[in-house]
Amino acid sequence: MAKNQNVKKTIIFIICVFLAILSLFPFVIMIVNSTRSTTEIQQHAVSLIPSVYFSKNLKILLGKSFNPAVGFMNSLIVSIGTTALATYFSTLTAYALVVYDWKFRDAFFSFIMAIMMIPAQITMIGFYQMVYKIHMTNHLSMLILPAIASPSMVFFMRQYMKPALSLEIVQSARIDGAKEFFIFNHIVLPIMKPAIATQAIFTFVSSWNNLFTPLILLTDQKKYTLPIMVSLLRGDIYKTEYGSIYLGLTLTAVPLIVAYLLLSKYIIAGVALGSVKG
Amino acid sequence: MKKKSTFSYARYGYIFSIPFLLAFLIFSLYPTLYTAVIGFTDLKGIGNTTIHFLKDDPFANYKAILASDTFQIAFKNTIKLWICNFIPQLALALLLAAWFTNVRTKIPGEGAFKVMFYMPNIITAATVAILFYSLFGYPMGPVNDLLVRFGFLKEPFYFTNNKEASQNIVIFIQTWMWYGYTMIILISGILGISPEIFEAADVDGANGWQIFWMITIPNIKTILLFTLVTSLIGGLNMFDIPRLFMNGGPDNATMTVGVFIYKQAFSGGYLYNRAAATSMIMFMIIVAVSSLLFYLLRDKEEEELKKIKKQQIKAMKLKMKEAK
Repeated sequence: MAKNQNVKKTIIFIICVFLAILSLFPFVIMIVNSTRSTTEIQQHAVSLIPSVYFSKNLKILLGKSFNPAVGFMNSLIVSIGTTALATYFSTLTAYALVVYDWKFRDAFFSFIMAIMMIPAQITMIGFYQMVYKIHMTNHLSMLILPAIASPSMVFFMRQYMKPALSLEIVQSARIDGAKEFFIFNHIVLPIMKPAIATQAIFTFVSSWNNLFTPLILLTDQKKYTLPIMVSLLRGDIYKTEYGSIYLGLTLTAVPLIVAYLLLSKYIIAGVALGSVKG
Repeated sequence: MKKKSTFSYARYGYIFSIPFLLAFLIFSLYPTLYTAVIGFTDLKGIGNTTIHFLKDDPFANYKAILASDTFQIAFKNTIKLWICNFIPQLALALLLAAWFTNVRTKIPGEGAFKVMFYMPNIITAATVAILFYSLFGYPMGPVNDLLVRFGFLKEPFYFTNNKEASQNIVIFIQTWMWYGYTMIILISGILGISPEIFEAADVDGANGWQIFWMITIPNIKTILLFTLVTSLIGGLNMFDIPRLFMNGGPDNATMTVGVFIYKQAFSGGYLYNRAAATSMIMFMIIVAVSSLLFYLLRDKEEEELKKIKKQQIKAMKLKMKEAK
């Protein structure tokens, strides 16, 4: 019996190792090839030994329209803005749903649940036309402001707040003369910190990785976010510059990989918490 | 007492909901309605914003889309790509979740494996798509290099020029990106099952296979359905990977509805009206699917109670069977 168990364990372990290699291998090739010259890659595209052409690849990469620094900055602005607005206003809306007893509260919550799963992508033609009409197509704010209404995050925040926030705290703060808005900012937000942290990570990542909306709204290269910058690598301008393409991909993936490995404990716990994807 | 004290504060409920409602009206509801309106107009041509309603046949755009070969291919592809990635993704995730939650088969390095399996999900899909395009390059991409070097192929294979191969690569990428996510969701679902049920089954001598089918699966039914619905909605919107991997090609093999809408509206004739009509067709499908989820979430608590009762009955039955 014990022997049987050990054989099973070994098989499972081997499968896991295989899957782990499958997860890592593409990124390893990408990183190694970013240091190799196009000729080297053409001779043998797979190698685990880095070469010395990193700076040459970088020169070719930056010599054309790919500008990772600009993409990085724009993505940072959009992602931080989106995350800040989404978490703050979702918590505020959840607070309105949990603490106050108002006439349309249940109807409002049902409404939020009903619209939670509708993806923004499907209404993009109307959104584009609206933004185009008011001449805001190349404004990053048009990518940030919609985050104020994040139904799935309101849902999550409400589920978290209900057991976590005791109304007595709110009551006693009122007796001490605190204003409602003050109570929210100084008492409720700190209590909600763990939930906000979890949601912040996922909002940041999905905003950082979003391709569809920026692709439609942004036409000015100076406003490009990182995913659109990346899509330039697929175009004709880098056609045979394999080393530079791998380097461009590496520059966009490595910061995410590093951040992920540092935060993996929280991220995986966050997924497990049942993050409802918007 | 309680009612009286909260009554005077009720207006804050409205005040604190205003930002959400305003943003929703401007950035979500208005675009949705406007998309619906555009579907009945002749709005096309780059930069055009003036709309004229169709007079002869208001549903002309819908009819044209439903009759369009490309749309039909795109719709079939979307469903095919989703089903072919969801089944292996779910099977793999279930298997791994069952292994990782089984106390008898404690795998060394479990935490590290979880981290690695989930990693592809966190990387920008645009980067992943172009990376795989490079990996499957012809004639000397890394995959061809490996296959030829180890003798699996005599000469390099032109993956991205082959319809079947391109579809399979997109399916592989989707599975590869999402099985880790699904696995973690399922693990948390399995860990949420009361351990006593497992212990009872264990004491009664149920083997791993029986435990998996008779206890684990029925207990995570809600989570499985949730995974199914969210994955389906995501799958119906599949865009980044097929768009940047082969831009819908070769010969429309990886053309999804998402790519189709984008191409209609933002290339060629800039047919905003056709793209809007296509969006509304997908919108209705997604509303149907998400109302299913709405129903599931609403009954969650009652269902949970029912489930616990059912479980107890089942455990009893199992015990009685053993006693016989």
